[in-house]
Amino acid sequence: MGRITAITISVKIKFYIQNPKRQKRTPSSSNIQIIESSNYQITKMSKIKKTFASYDAAPENTSHIDLKAQYDLFINGKFVKPQSKQYYDTINPATEKKIASIAKGNAKDIDLAVKSAKKAFESWSKTEPKERAKYIYRIARMIQERAREFAVIETMNGGKPIRESRDIDIPLAANHFFYYAGWADKLDYAFPNRKPKPVGVVGQIIPWNFPLLMAAWKLAPALATGNTVVLKPAESTPLTALKLAEIIQESGLPDGVVQIVTGFGDAGAALVNHPLVNKIAFTGSTEVGKYIQKAVAGSNKKVTLELGGKAANIIFDDAPIDQAVEGIVNGIFFNQGHVCCAGSRLFVQENIADKVIQKLKDRMKTLIIGDPMDKNTDIGAINSKEQLLKINNYIKIGIAEGAEMYQTNCALPSQGYFCKPTLFLHTSQSHRIVQEEIFGPVLTIQTFRTIEEVIEKANNIPYGLSAGVWTDKGSKIFNLTTKLRAGVVWANTYNKFDPTSPFGGYQESGFGREGGVHGLLPYVHF
Amino acid sequence: MEILKTYKLFIGGAFPRTESGRYYKLENKQKQVIANMCLSSRKDFRNAVVAARKAVEGWSGRAAFNRGQILYRIAEILEGRKAQFVAELLLQGSTKSSAEKEVRLAIDRCVYYSGWCDKYQQLFGSVNPVATSHFNFSVPEPTGVVCVIADENTSLLGLVSAILPIIVGGNTCVVLASESKPLCSITFAEVLATSDLAAGVVNILTGNSKELHTHFASHMDVNAIIYCRENAAEIKAIAELSSMNVKRSFVWNKDWLKAENENPYLIMDVQEIKTTWHPIENIGVSGAKY
Amino acid sequence: MVLLIQSPTIDQVGVEERVARLMTRSIKKESELEGLKLALNMIDLTTLEGKDTVGKVKQMCYKAQHLADDIAGLPTVAAVCVYVNHVKTAKRALVNSGIKIASVATAFPSGNSSRKVKIEETKMAVANGADEVDMVISRGEFLQGNYNFVFDEIAAIKEACGPARLKVILETGELSTLDNVRKASDIAIHAGADFIKTSTGKIQPAATMPVTLVMLQAIKDHYDATGIMVGMKPAGGISTSKSALNYLVMLYETLGEKWMTNEWFRFGASSLANDIILQLGKEKYGAYYSNNYISKD
Repeated sequence: MGRITAITISVKIKFYIQNPKRQKRTPSSSNIQIIESSNYQITKMSKIKKTFASYDAAPENTSHIDLKAQYDLFINGKFVKPQSKQYYDTINPATEKKIASIAKGNAKDIDLAVKSAKKAFESWSKTEPKERAKYIYRIARMIQERAREFAVIETMNGGKPIRESRDIDIPLAANHFFYYAGWADKLDYAFPNRKPKPVGVVGQIIPWNFPLLMAAWKLAPALATGNTVVLKPAESTPLTALKLAEIIQESGLPDGVVQIVTGFGDAGAALVNHPLVNKIAFTGSTEVGKYIQKAVAGSNKKVTLELGGKAANIIFDDAPIDQAVEGIVNGIFFNQGHVCCAGSRLFVQENIADKVIQKLKDRMKTLIIGDPMDKNTDIGAINSKEQLLKINNYIKIGIAEGAEMYQTNCALPSQGYFCKPTLFLHTSQSHRIVQEEIFGPVLTIQTFRTIEEVIEKANNIPYGLSAGVWTDKGSKIFNLTTKLRAGVVWANTYNKFDPTSPFGGYQESGFGREGGVHGLLPYVHF
Repeated sequence: MEILKTYKLFIGGAFPRTESGRYYKLENKQKQVIANMCLSSRKDFRNAVVAARKAVEGWSGRAAFNRGQILYRIAEILEGRKAQFVAELLLQGSTKSSAEKEVRLAIDRCVYYSGWCDKYQQLFGSVNPVATSHFNFSVPEPTGVVCVIADENTSLLGLVSAILPIIVGGNTCVVLASESKPLCSITFAEVLATSDLAAGVVNILTGNSKELHTHFASHMDVNAIIYCRENAAEIKAIAELSSMNVKRSFVWNKDWLKAENENPYLIMDVQEIKTTWHPIENIGVSGAKY
Repeated sequence: MVLLIQSPTIDQVGVEERVARLMTRSIKKESELEGLKLALNMIDLTTLEGKDTVGKVKQMCYKAQHLADDIAGLPTVAAVCVYVNHVKTAKRALVNSGIKIASVATAFPSGNSSRKVKIEETKMAVANGADEVDMVISRGEFLQGNYNFVFDEIAAIKEACGPARLKVILETGELSTLDNVRKASDIAIHAGADFIKTSTGKIQPAATMPVTLVMLQAIKDHYDATGIMVGMKPAGGISTSKSALNYLVMLYETLGEKWMTNEWFRFGASSLANDIILQLGKEKYGAYYSNNYISKD
């Protein structure tokens, strides 16, 4: 028997590494017995009846949720009926069932709200900063206390997985209040050589993808700097903002400091155009952002806009591959892809593209799509029927453009608005699905050869909100983070948020920052 | 016989005439023609934006210290040509004392902003203490190409005061000079051209705001626009048209003689804050001892 | 010497995030019960102490076959794991049980000895009846960069194992970084390991979820490239049902159903079995169970 010596094995492994396909395994199987699977099963388990292929349902408990059948507008510290006396239904996108009736605020309600805010501004702006801070701290604490309730309602109303609302949206919202509360009495240190003053009445319009978190991003810095606010939640996801209104009421915040007016686009437009409003903060589509910028022209209103994006997520061949794959998944499938900073354009260096794409497909097979209230769900419901139609339309466009589509064969619930996580392979910058923001779980994949090429393509969009870079080489990271035209660059990570971290875009992704010390600037003047 | 100066435009480091061939006569108080000024066209503006765009990468990529050196060099050259600027100001109706003051302030402003080149980042950047295991920092970065419709009431100071905070931070610009007092702008361009400032970083046009402001505001390859005059209709039109590409739009209608109107907050108007995240490996941290 | 195996780099924070997310999986009802039984069936019931005696080994072997006779339908553990000198005792005690005997070898736990001694010890374990050999790698050589030494040693031990399956202990607690864990995993896999195993149990930290995830990904990459399966054994520090289920979730979502058997996955543990029985007892009796009803062998 020809024994394999250690030396020859060592030679063989080198051979193996260089020629992986020619020799499947060293040491050779003639010397070493490879145990065949059939021989080795011991104390065989009775065939596992229910493997983990489908975990049993693990629904979040919803019994502690206190929801009213009807919600009114929160103006001047009270819940009041809308002037129109009209209400609309807010639904659960996972079941298409009605949850509650929501007041349909209009221009008249906005006018009342703005006037209350104006009146409250007189005293709130003069309130001792230390005292202002206490109210905001109290709101933060009350959100923490009722975190689970908020998470459940957020998921019910918006369709996002309970895992995300529980672990990300709600804690971050509370943390945001907590962070900015502390700024209230330290503003003189935030702006060297300046005495910041509040701007006045702030109109805030927020989107449906992170309803409570966006309310927190808007309210916390505005209140800390001494402004009063009229906030309009997105029409499809008003519930957590209204629960927040309850907390604000309980917190003892003086009447009129915060009003929450639910309604549709007309209410938003009335807020933007109201002459007593001193500042507009908007998060939403670039289209509406442009409308707002135009509408306030010549009015002296301050504006900050946090708009759309089409971020490049760039994977180099020296990246930590498995974590990069996780970053791709987190980048595009987080919150069903309803994220303005979603990593929706994947760029993979050509020499590792096959490997990365295979790993990505394998990983996608483990994603659980379905009931957002189930603790194991990774991808929940699309926020609205309208959005689902838009996403499906883009998928059709992608197919028509000749891109190769990949979806896992997961079953979707028969009711509710759901969309399979989708990849489009072999795309180029000229594809519409690559250029336009889809705002859904749809990833386009392009390959690249050189760093110059990928920088050029990454910047080849009118947006500039975020980008991702994956490489083990520090100097390459800094080269890219310097050259990528984006307000947030995640290197070897993706979709991370923190109250201390400024967020906002370049170019058509908007202007102004939210978060961190930079997030105070939009709410003060000198 | 005195040789009269031909005032041209300053685009991409060169001094071309307006492509339109149009001129306007500049008169002094006595209604005597003192110069023929180029009446810049939309196409001159377009060419200037192309030059400015081309210059962004090089200028923003320079070491901050180097930008500071170049700005200081501008002050030096300006100082050397002080008499010429004073003379031009007198020609455009300034008194001797106000002309000398304006030039003095313009030189001082160059020195002032020269010093900011490598400092504002430290003041307005931040390291952000995020709750996860990540290193997170924010730095200001130039917005890109900035258009300016400069102060109408001063010939040199308003122009200089608007250009400097823009280029301190690595932006490039296209500036429309005062229509009624345009002489110093082109002479200042000569200063810039001899100060190691790369071609295209500053481009100067002379002409009429009424004719050009909508083009300035609507150009899709311009990132920001700064309006230093007080015409409400133009302010509104500029702000409206800026929305076409979410242009950053500012009104700097300021009294440039005042010291408070030189400050780093003007630099920050045309800066974007970029935030970078990176994981922090924490193997072995538990063993750290102090 | 140059390492020719190209291991990908590992980002520790990314691994930990993935693990944190896997740990949020909520395993309930039927899945939980089946998962717990599967975990029980994957245990290498272990005693590796200086004070091990014939009596102790016999008691453990009895326990391995009778985990909790009052609960019907329980599987046995996969194997018992002992030192070389107790293999014969275990062999006799487990005759006809189907439970495998694993023996540690190669100067366990430090691995500091000559190659000759290690080979002899391995052969002795197999000759005495071990079905599986748990070897340790030479961490000192690894950390000195002598990767070929480590590779050759594993290959030599594999050869000495003959028909016995080889589990290669990386002792990840001494490797310092996840990059090293990945590199050591790749070396062991390429050198012929049937299983890769985290720890001896003698060094802290022993098995952790992040380390195991990195090793599972090495196994997956090898499988994707060659079609050859390699098993995984986290060992040390896994003592609760909850964490065993977390490991199974990670196994399932990384390598898939094919690995969900004791042929390809093991827990090296001494107290895990009883905690699982505690949970299964709760299911059977409908009330929280007590350790007083579970044998401590």
